[in-house]
Amino acid sequence: MLSRTAESLYWTSRYIERAETTARLLEVAYRMSLTPNSSGGHANEWASILAAAGVTATFAETGQEPDAENVTKFMLFDDLNPSSIKNCIRSARENVRSARPALTSEVWETLNGGYLQFNELENGRASARELLPMCDWTKSQAAAVRGSFESTQLRNEGYDFFNLGYYIERADNTARLLDVKYYVLLPTIDMVGGGVDQYQWSTLLRAVSARRAYHWTYSGDYSPEKIAHFLILNPSTPRSLLHCTEMIDFHLSRLARASGSRSLANRQAMTVYGNLVETDIRSIVSDGLHEFLTDFIAEIRKLDEAVNRSYLFWGQ
Amino acid sequence: MAQSVVRWGMTKRPDFFNEMIDGGSIRPAYQKITQWFDSQGEETLALKKAEAETLFRRIGITFAVYDDTGNTERLIPFDLMPRVFTEREWSTLERGVKQRSRALNAFLWDVYHRGEIVRSGRIPADLVYKNAAYEPCVAGIAPALNIYSHIVGTDLVRTGLDEFYVLEDNCRTPSGVSYMLENREIMMRMCPELFRSARIAPVDGYPDMLRKTLHEVAPVKCDGEPTAVILTPGAFNSAYYEHSFLADQMGLDLVEGQDLFVDGDFVYMRTTRGPQRVDVIYRRIDDSFLDPLCFRPDSMLGVPGLMNVYRSGGVQICSAPGAGVADDKAIYTYVPDMVRFYLGEEPILKNVPTWRCGEQDSYKYVMENLADLVVKEVHGSGGYGMLVGPASTKDEIASFAERIRKNPHNYIAQPTLALSTNPTFVESGLAPRHVDLRPYCLMGKEVRLTPGGLTRVALNEGSLVVNSSQGGGVKDTWIVAD
Amino acid sequence: MRLTIEHTTRYSYDQPQRRISQSLRMVPASFEGQRVLDWEISCEGGTIGAEFTDGAGDEVKTLTVSGPVEQIEIVVRGTVETADTTGILKKHKEVIHPTVYLRDTRLTDPDGGIRVIAATARDSYPDDQLGLAHELARQTAERVVYTPGTTDQDVTATQALEAGMGVCQDQAHVLISLARCAGLPARYVTGYLHSTSDGASHEASHAWAEVFVKDIGWVGFDPANTCCPDERHIRLGSGLDALEAAPVRGISFGSGEETMDFSLSVSQTSSQSQQ
Repeated sequence: MLSRTAESLYWTSRYIERAETTARLLEVAYRMSLTPNSSGGHANEWASILAAAGVTATFAETGQEPDAENVTKFMLFDDLNPSSIKNCIRSARENVRSARPALTSEVWETLNGGYLQFNELENGRASARELLPMCDWTKSQAAAVRGSFESTQLRNEGYDFFNLGYYIERADNTARLLDVKYYVLLPTIDMVGGGVDQYQWSTLLRAVSARRAYHWTYSGDYSPEKIAHFLILNPSTPRSLLHCTEMIDFHLSRLARASGSRSLANRQAMTVYGNLVETDIRSIVSDGLHEFLTDFIAEIRKLDEAVNRSYLFWGQ
Repeated sequence: MAQSVVRWGMTKRPDFFNEMIDGGSIRPAYQKITQWFDSQGEETLALKKAEAETLFRRIGITFAVYDDTGNTERLIPFDLMPRVFTEREWSTLERGVKQRSRALNAFLWDVYHRGEIVRSGRIPADLVYKNAAYEPCVAGIAPALNIYSHIVGTDLVRTGLDEFYVLEDNCRTPSGVSYMLENREIMMRMCPELFRSARIAPVDGYPDMLRKTLHEVAPVKCDGEPTAVILTPGAFNSAYYEHSFLADQMGLDLVEGQDLFVDGDFVYMRTTRGPQRVDVIYRRIDDSFLDPLCFRPDSMLGVPGLMNVYRSGGVQICSAPGAGVADDKAIYTYVPDMVRFYLGEEPILKNVPTWRCGEQDSYKYVMENLADLVVKEVHGSGGYGMLVGPASTKDEIASFAERIRKNPHNYIAQPTLALSTNPTFVESGLAPRHVDLRPYCLMGKEVRLTPGGLTRVALNEGSLVVNSSQGGGVKDTWIVAD
Repeated sequence: MRLTIEHTTRYSYDQPQRRISQSLRMVPASFEGQRVLDWEISCEGGTIGAEFTDGAGDEVKTLTVSGPVEQIEIVVRGTVETADTTGILKKHKEVIHPTVYLRDTRLTDPDGGIRVIAATARDSYPDDQLGLAHELARQTAERVVYTPGTTDQDVTATQALEAGMGVCQDQAHVLISLARCAGLPARYVTGYLHSTSDGASHEASHAWAEVFVKDIGWVGFDPANTCCPDERHIRLGSGLDALEAAPVRGISFGSGEETMDFSLSVSQTSSQSQQ
């Protein structure tokens, strides 16, 4: 497969996943803004989703207040925000256009249809008032693309690069989300207890669409350690760091088998996965959750570079 | 039958040859399709039309129109009413198009070697060798099988029952073939029962034929099964849809300049498993962007060293660099001479009478008769830089006259032909609109021609400009058994 | 005259390059008055391939270097036997029609000044193309004074004429532009020049022009030395202008700056020592 095509597939799925993450973040912020926090006011969740998406500085350049209206517009439609749903959809579509010959017409039609529909939604001036429908729409679009890909695409190299993009982006997104909220998972908070923190935890789970799954797994009780475990080390959580790295390793191993040789990316994925398998949640928390997440995000970035170097070959 | 003609609104406009109506009745070739339309009813038709449009949009057949604001994607309008030829009509066209394509290729080989046609005094040396489309850098280089233009798109117009004219030849990279294929797909979904009953020649063999052609022209240095690719300027090109469509249909990689590199004697593409050698490049970029070491030094689209590999026989480029000199509008007037000179045959297809403004007498005639003529830039394309005299205001004519005065060599003029019309769906129902035809002729070990082609239609009433960038649409083209 | 050439060109980059591709027009052809005895081009770490002879009769080679690379050195060594043919290019194999060389390029595009000189000269030599060519070469040497060191690759013929001075490249461009205006095909020629002890000639890496004269063929004119090329000149290649005829056209992928320097010697060897 052409290196450029592989690269386009990889970025298509990354952008789709990023759009979905942005939609989830917006939903959570919206929900929290309806609820009073412990100090009696309304929680400013809007600023923290900017941090989770890594666009605090970009937003600051607009000179606006991080309130509901401004952040919503910024995260939905802003051209300058690389994580805005509009930009993610546009970038995914540009990439998919360039990888078109490697995709089935079902995948192309789903993605292109979504792109055209989004333009219509935007022209219809979807505003903060229609935030939730926009988020629902984005999530269902992402699911439709994913679904048409899974059900129609050949299980060839393209399949693996597409999935690599998903899991690398997802691992990065989950880690960032946790990092923004890591203080609510500190043991001190656990001792404080209280309704509001319960609420913070439950929204954190909502942000990864896993609140009910959590209850199934841990039978209802919120505890910071359990939540951290759920999002970092539980292999059955679809957005946990462990599951994502396991899948990254899986797809890189498939590529290695097909080509008959293991790459730099294979080794890096093994390292990241191995580190997660060997640790436990207690030592992560005691050694510093923030430091752990910072390291993990750096390792994922290295993994992205290794994929570039091993398969996407600009330096050839 | 006469009643139906009235319903089709085809009794007016006697000045133009109507492809469907003959003296108040419907030609036999069109009977099945008109009966089918008659049986559909207005509402069903409206639904079908909407469905066709949705299909086009979903599949993503878009093209870019250049305007002041940059590129905008637009949908090319598709007309449900097909354009129909009989086998008898087609067989003449087929022989004519193949003949012309062979002559054009013979001309290209000649002018890049000894130039016998120039030596014999049939074509002025200046016209060939000072022509911007003539590439001295490939003189003396023989491409595989001595073929330069592997895909010849001949633009034809009709003015009467047996009156066909060649409007222009396209020897570089004629576009539009994806519309020919997609139009047929859509028609087969719209009226499957017609395809079951009428014997309509299939067009879907084109991708296979093109693939075969590309393989046949692999360079001498290719010792195994050739690897062919399509080279595109990228996703922002107006014809990108077609590039990816053809790559998909033929199972070839669609590459950009950045995917290719030269190492030693060969060209390679970057793949996830390392470099892979490329033997044949069907390029959809202009000569001047192929290789910054040979053409424009500032080009970022090309592959440095590509032209050297081509000239040393390590890769075949289709069409060959320099093929454009054969479809230049000033050279066009000599194509009938080429047919006689190289093939020793009489041309089957006629040229439109043409005045070269660079010649004293012609210049005078053209300037005096601008209001009745079509004037074109010699090197222009896509309907830009063109004057349609009868459809222009006095001011437009005056300002165009000034352009000709400044550089007469850059213009040719032709009479406004009474282009045939074909019934077409418009706002108010069906109405006659002017059409042309572009068949695609493939040159490999054999000369191959798909039965059919792309019919373009000028959707604006009275307009003679069929280019998609200027309000043109497309139709399916049927060749039916007599 | 037997001449030996040793020519080393070095390209250095302040940051490593991913890939370098170059088209080399650095092999002299054999024809009457120029016989190549041996010739060799090498570049350590690079691949030389895709060789062919183009329509102008020049042998072209392709050099590709895979990175990371910070410096390359192209070494040319060879021996050529030359003789004076009074500037006429004889028995040189080429297929490009002379009319091609009536085309103007960005570097040779004429302006009013050039047109006037060309028209005046043509009126003085209405039926004598050779005389006209000589007259244009004389005018060029007179109007554009040879001044070493004033090099800028991008100077056009009109700019050079306006400046009234320039290097061999500028003079060649002016002569080419004048000749084309006067209706004579003309082209840019690159080569080497052997400097004799009297100091009459200038650079060892040299350029001049050729003008196509009816019934005679291509005739060389070297305005820098106010002569026609003779046994001191080794002809490498030609083109419509300096860009097209350049011995090296290259491109490198990577950021940073490129610097080029070279060493060149053209020396006379005795016939005996070559055996």
